[in-house]
Amino acid sequence: MLHPRPHDTSESDFIVEFRNVTCGYTGAAALSSVSLAVYRGDFVGLVGPSGAGKTTLLRTILGSVDIYAGEVLVDGKPVRSSRPLAGYVPQLETIDWNFPVTVEQIVLMGQANEGWFPWHKKEVRESAYSIMERLGIAHLGKRQIRALSGGQQQRAFLGRALLSSPRLLLLDEPTSGVDIKTRDDILHLLDELNHEGVTVLMTTHEINAVAAHLPWVICINKEIIAEGPPSEVYTPEILGRTYGAEMTVVHHEGMTLVAETPHQIGRSLRHHQKVGTQT
Amino acid sequence: MFEPLQYEFFVRGLMAATIVGALCGLVGVYIVLRKMSYIGHGLSHAIFGGAVVSYVMSFNFYIGAGIWGFLSALLISATTRHKRFIASDAAIGIITTASFALGVALISRYRTFTRSFDAALFGNILGVSDNDLYAIIGVTVLTFAAVAFLYRRLLFTTFDPEVAPYFGVNTAWIDSLFSLILAGAIVVSLQVLGATLIAASLVIPPITARLLTDNFNRMVTLSVLIGASCGFVGIYASYFLDIASGASIVLVATGAFMLAMVYSSVREKIATMRGLAAHSHAGSPASSQALVD
Repeated sequence: MLHPRPHDTSESDFIVEFRNVTCGYTGAAALSSVSLAVYRGDFVGLVGPSGAGKTTLLRTILGSVDIYAGEVLVDGKPVRSSRPLAGYVPQLETIDWNFPVTVEQIVLMGQANEGWFPWHKKEVRESAYSIMERLGIAHLGKRQIRALSGGQQQRAFLGRALLSSPRLLLLDEPTSGVDIKTRDDILHLLDELNHEGVTVLMTTHEINAVAAHLPWVICINKEIIAEGPPSEVYTPEILGRTYGAEMTVVHHEGMTLVAETPHQIGRSLRHHQKVGTQT
Repeated sequence: MFEPLQYEFFVRGLMAATIVGALCGLVGVYIVLRKMSYIGHGLSHAIFGGAVVSYVMSFNFYIGAGIWGFLSALLISATTRHKRFIASDAAIGIITTASFALGVALISRYRTFTRSFDAALFGNILGVSDNDLYAIIGVTVLTFAAVAFLYRRLLFTTFDPEVAPYFGVNTAWIDSLFSLILAGAIVVSLQVLGATLIAASLVIPPITARLLTDNFNRMVTLSVLIGASCGFVGIYASYFLDIASGASIVLVATGAFMLAMVYSSVREKIATMRGLAAHSHAGSPASSQALVD
C-alpha cells in the first residue's frame, strides 16, 4: 500500500463529492445514482471494465459532462466547466504523436491560458523546467514528443498537469502501455505528490499491478459497486458484479490479488493431447 | 530582372502576392495541423457564393463575402462539434458546395450580370487595385496580431482540442476567432489566387515547412517565409512565362514542396545509415575489444 487513507477527517474535508449524481452525454446516462466522497489527500483508484464510466466520472469532476440529477461539488462548490480546479492527465491514445511539439511546449501548455504574449514569463518557464527536472525529462525539453519512450511521454503530460500546482490530480490510465519499471516509477512519483498533499484520483485496468497497491479503490460499472481498501473490495462477489466475469481472489504475503478463472485459449492443449496419445 | 518593376500594376501585384503568400502560410499551419486541409478549398468556394450574393444585394464585396465565409466556417465547426458522426470533410463538403451552388444559381437567375467572376475563380493579379492591397495589408496585420496574442491558446486548441478546456482555454471562442481569421484570409486572397487555387497556398507552404522541421515555432516561421517567397517568385515567373498568376504561384510552391520531399528523404536515409554504421561499429570485434581493454 502506498499511502494510508486519512480516515479521521471531517465531512468538510471532501475535495470531491458526488451527491446521487446521474450524468452522461447527449441525454444518455453513462453513470447512474453515483454518491461518493474523496477526501483531501486521498489516493484513489477507479477500476471497472471498459465503458463502465471511469473516464466519465473524471470528466464530470472537470465539468464537461451533462449532469441530469444530483450535484457534484469540487472543493465544496458546484462544479463549473469554466473554472477547472484539477490537473488532468488524459488517456494518451488519442494524441497525434506526429504533431510538431516539444516536451517543453507540452509542459508549458499547462499555463496556456495565462497572459497574452506568445512567450511565457521567465518564472513559468523556470517552474516548467523544475517540474521536468523532478520528472526526469528536463534533458528532453527540446525533443519532439514522438522521439520519447512511453514512460517519458506519460511524464510530459503529467508535467503539463502539474504546472498549475493543482491540489487535485485526475489521471486517466496513467500506467497504460508502459513497462513494469516505468509503471513502478510513475506510481512512486504519484505517491510522492500525494505525500505532499495532492489528492490523486486515477483510473486503471490493472487491478493487481496498480489498484491492489492503492489505499482506496472504487469499483464502478455505470454505478458505484463498492469502495474501500483492496483487501475489502477485492472479493469474488464484488468483482463479479463489477466486471460481469468470474474472478478468483487469492491472498499472498499480505496482499490481495485477483486471478481470472483460467481458460485454455487456442489449440495448444489439443495439440499436446494428440502428441501425448501418439507417444 | 527589374524590367517589370516599372509597371505599377506589377509592383502592386507583387506586393499583394507576397503578402497573401505569407498570410496563407501562417493560417495554413493551423489548417494542416487541424487536419482540415480541405476547408481552404471548400471555404473559398463558399465565399464565391457570398461574393455573388453581395453583388446582387449591392453590398461591399469584402464585408459581404467575409461575413458569408465566417458564417460558413462557423457552421462547419458547429456541425463537426455537435454531430460527432459527421466528419469535418463531410461537413465542409455539404456546407461549402451548397454555398457555391447558391452563387451559381443566383448568377443564372440574374442574367443581367455585368461583372465577371473569372477573377474570383482563377485570380487576376492585374486587377489588384489600391483598395485590394490596403485590404490585404489590413487583414494580414490583424491576422498576425491575433495569432500572436492567441499563440499559446491556438497551439493547445490545435494540438489537443478535447483537453484544452480543462486547462481553462475557451476553445469555442478560439475556434470562432480562427474561423473569422480564415474567412478574412480567403476573402483577401481571392483576387490574387482565385477560389480554385487558394487551397494550395494554404496547404503547400505548411506541409513543406513540416517536412523541414519538427518544431512548431520553426514550422510557423518557415511556412510564412515559404508562402511569401512562392508568392514573390510566382508573380515574377508569371510575368516572364506569361501564365496566370495564381497557377504560377501554386506551381512554384509545388516545386518547393518537391525539393523539401527530396531533402527530407535524403536526410532520413543518411540518419538511418549513420545509425546502422554506429551500431555495426559498436558491435564490431574491434570495438568490443576496445571496451574490454
